[in-house]
Formats: sequence, C-alpha cells, structure tokens
Amino acid sequence: MAMRMATGMTTITAGGTTEMLTIGLGHYLTVSAILFVLGVFGIFMNRKNVIVILMAIELILLSVNLNLVAFSSALQDLTGQVFTLFVLTVAAAEAAIGLAIVVIYFRNRGSIEVEDISTLKG
Amino acid sequence: MNWTLILPELALALSGLAALVAGVLPRRDTSFAINMAVLGGLLLAGVLVLAQPEGVAFGGQYVSDAFTRFVKLLVVAGAGLGLLVALDWNAKEGLAKFEYPLLLLFSTLGMMVMISANDLIALYMGLELLSLSLYVIAAFNRDSERSAESGLKYFVLGSLASGLLLYGSSLIYGFSGSTNFDRIADAVGAASGAPFGLVIGLVFVLAALAFKVSAVPFHMWTPDVYEGAPTPVTAFFASAPKVAAIALLARVAAGPFGDLVAQWQQVIILASLGSMILGALAAIGQKNIKRLMAYSSIGHVGYALMGLAVGSELGLRGLLLYIAIYLFTNVGAFAVLVAMRRKGRALEGVDDLAGLGKTDPAMALAMTLFMLSMAGIPPLAGFFGKLYVFLAAVQGGYWVLAVVGVLTSAISAYYYLRVIKVMYFDSGDALDPRPTSLSVVLAGTGLFTIFFFLFPAPFLAAAQAAVNALVG
Repeated sequence: MAMRMATGMTTITAGGTTEMLTIGLGHYLTVSAILFVLGVFGIFMNRKNVIVILMAIELILLSVNLNLVAFSSALQDLTGQVFTLFVLTVAAAEAAIGLAIVVIYFRNRGSIEVEDISTLKG
Repeated sequence: MNWTLILPELALALSGLAALVAGVLPRRDTSFAINMAVLGGLLLAGVLVLAQPEGVAFGGQYVSDAFTRFVKLLVVAGAGLGLLVALDWNAKEGLAKFEYPLLLLFSTLGMMVMISANDLIALYMGLELLSLSLYVIAAFNRDSERSAESGLKYFVLGSLASGLLLYGSSLIYGFSGSTNFDRIADAVGAASGAPFGLVIGLVFVLAALAFKVSAVPFHMWTPDVYEGAPTPVTAFFASAPKVAAIALLARVAAGPFGDLVAQWQQVIILASLGSMILGALAAIGQKNIKRLMAYSSIGHVGYALMGLAVGSELGLRGLLLYIAIYLFTNVGAFAVLVAMRRKGRALEGVDDLAGLGKTDPAMALAMTLFMLSMAGIPPLAGFFGKLYVFLAAVQGGYWVLAVVGVLTSAISAYYYLRVIKVMYFDSGDALDPRPTSLSVVLAGTGLFTIFFFLFPAPFLAAAQAAVNALVG
C-alpha cells in the first residue's frame, strides 16, 4: 500500500519544454469508462463473429478491474484488489464456458457468424 | 466467526462435489443414482435452512435471517421440483447424464449464496455461480441447434448483464468506500446526501438485475432462450432462478439503498408497468407454448415488481407472496408442457394440447387450474398473489400501477383461456401416458393452487417476518 495514485507522474515533451502531468483517479476512471463503452458497443454493433463478442465481454470485465484497482488505490483499501482477483478468476471460467458453447454451436450450424444466429425469433 | 451459519450451503456444496466424483469414477450409468443423491442433497439443504440460526458471518459478508430463509426454502423447493420434472424427459431425449442434476445443484448453491450475500463480492460470486450453471444447462441438448443457440444467446446477454452489475459495483465501492451492504447503507444515508457516483452505480446494478429477472426493457433474451432450451430447463429457468433474482433485487433496493428510494422507485415503476403491458400483449399471438409462457413470465415479473415499486412493507410482503405462489403455479404448468409428447416426439405448440380434456381429463383439469390461477381468477392461489400487490399499490396511492395491473390481468386472461379452450373444445389425439414423476408434481402443485385460500395464514406470517427482517 506504499504506492499512491497521485504520485504516478509522466513527462510530456512538447516543443522543447517539459511539462509534468499528474495522473489521478479521474484519468483512470475515464479510461475505464471508455473501455466499458467500447465493450458494450462491441457486443451490439458487431455483425461479424461471435468470438469478437467474447472479446468485448472480456473488455468490459477488464474495464471493471481497472476501475476497482484505481478506487482501491485511491481509497487506500485492499477490498477492491481482492474483488479484482475474484473477477479475474470468474472471467476465466466465463470465457471457458462461452467458448464451449460457441464450439457446440459451430458443430450444429457450421458457422459462428452473428447474423446466422436467428433460428429463434418471433 | 460463526461458520455454522453456512451449513445449508456447505451441505449442498459437499454433496455436489461428492456426486461429481461419483459421476466421473465408474463406467456404468450412474445418472439415476446421482439424480436421487442430488434430490437428497436439496432436501437436506432445505431442512438445514429451516433449522438455520439467524446472524451475520464471515466479516459481514454473509447474512441469515427470516428473509433469506423464506426465499431459500422457495429456491430449494423450486430446484427439487425442477429436477423431478426433468427426470423422465431427459431419459426419453437421451439426455440422462449425471451433469444435469449437478448443474442444477450448483445453480441452487449460487442462488443461496446470492440471497444470503451481505457484500457485493459475495453477491457477484453467487450470481456468477448461478449464471454459469444456467448457461450450460440452456445448451444442455448439445446436438440440438435450437438449444445451442439458446445457450449462446443467454451467455452473451447474461455476460453483458454481469458486466453491468460489476461496473455498477465498482462505482458503488469507489463512492461508498466499501463493498459491505451495511457500510454502503451508511454512505447512502449520510447527512450530506449520497454521492452522485453512488446513484450511477445503483442504476447499473438495477439494470443488471432487471436483466436477470427479465423485466422490460431488458427482457429481449427471455422468449428466445425459453423457446430454445429443453422444456424442463425452461421450467427451471422460469421458477427458481427467477424467484431468487426478484428477491435479490428487492434485497438490494430495500436494503443498502433503502434511503435512495426516491431514485430507484421511478425505475422500478417503469419496469413494472412495461413488463405487465408487454407480458399481456406480446403473448397473445404466440403459437409456441414455451414462448407464450416466456411472455407470461415477463408479465408476472411486472406484477411482482409492483410490490417493490410501491416501496412499502405491505408491497414487499405482496412481492414475497407473489413469487411464492408464482413458483408453484409455474412449475405445475410447465410439468404439463413437459408431458406433451406424442409417439415419443416432444411437442411445443399450443394446438398440440387439443383434445386433452377428453384424452387425459386429470391433466387437463390441472392445466386449467394453473392457467386460471395465473390469470388471477378467485379462489385460486394466483388471485391472492395479485390481490396483495394490488392492495399495497392502492393503499400507497399508486393508482396507475393498480389500474394497469387489473387491465393487463384481464387482457392476459385471453391467452390463458385460449389454452383452456384448445384443451376442451378442439379435438386431437391422445398424448403418450404421463410418467409418475410428473403426476406427483402436478398433484402437489395443483393441490397448492386450489387450497391456498384455506391456509394463507402461515404464508402471510412467514412473508411478514421476512419483510420485517429485510426492512429491519
């Protein structure tokens, strides 16, 4: 717990001058929000392949992990990091089950195109 | 640390692991023995739940009170009935594998954990154990294109819901500083007002739970998944997990976020209205009876959520009674659907029930009871379920909810009565003789549906005790 969020520093060189920019909680939350939105859009806008949907789901879970770790560091509280470890393990199980279902789907249909998944409707 | 509190979960988990080993080791077919062992495990868990002391364990992660006991008993009963309904079907469809009862058992374990969760981490782990098991049993008939598609759709949308829940949880953790429900309640009730991030987190969590209970506008997966999955799996989906998820939604909203009632009430009211209306209208044109029951279950979620939307203790009591009655009526109706089989082929059309009134009067009578109960005709059980939520809505002054509830009940009576009309006034060939396990389920749920009005007091008292524990 020695690391503090606000001490993360980066240097940006622009036109010969060096500026110091502090990366705070807000930046992490922004990146995580962008990743989350990308993941959600990846599920709904994707018209090609189911594997891409699985990747989008992973992206959502990773954005959540980033959120949790950032909060954990900012709050000086370990619970968030413990939560992250749980999410990681569950994400692995989820990916395994997802791929297994995609495999049996492919065996039945010979295709995993998203547009083909339309036997059930009405 | 009082680990004896988790005895029911422990017993269920250990019997599941033992059955897993027993299923893998020998060569010969052990499916039936494991089915019975899992039934025994569920029965044991039910007894342990009844004997469970109240209290908090594991650093405030796990809570046991009258509310968890009420819902857990429902869930265990639903899982047991779900297993009984599946026995004969699985044998006839060549699906009699030992994994089926085990997946059912582990999903029940997940439900029990999430009902007892007093912490976001425990809630997430329970919900995922439930969801992951459900994805697999939706695709259990893996040589069927429709079952695989149903599993795939359920997986993708269920994972999205889990992602929403997690994102909301992370925001709640960040802005309240803890994942514990009691700490969150402190942050929510703070004198300076709840932080805005907390409200956003709550909205995400509510959306995810609305997904799991299939409330409008997050219902779109329900008809497809219910139609594609094997019929006994659908029977299970529509009973125990749905009841558990509705109870979880009530717990999260009325527990840690009880002080934010003004924020979530509008959302729940809209979800309730939308579900009731969609459930009534969309089911009318359905020819596939599993799809019809899917829309019917969306409608029932709307009525149950009305109890939560009212936000009073009376409403919560109505919600608990509603889900209890819905569970048994629904399992009964699905037992009839599972019995629909002619010359060995399973049937799913509403028209395939034709002539049942002459060829199998007992089952037709049972189905009539379930349909009338779902439509809310007195003196059957379903009438009382609706009565208590409508009463709460009227007493709370939520006239729009009550009026829409009555109107949609009247509309939905149309398609329930259509099923009865097909059974008694159309002619058709006899179905295959129904197996004993289904007759037992039909008799049990049928008797409950008819005679509920004679002994509502113990149910009312149990529901009232549960609400007192929840509101505290």
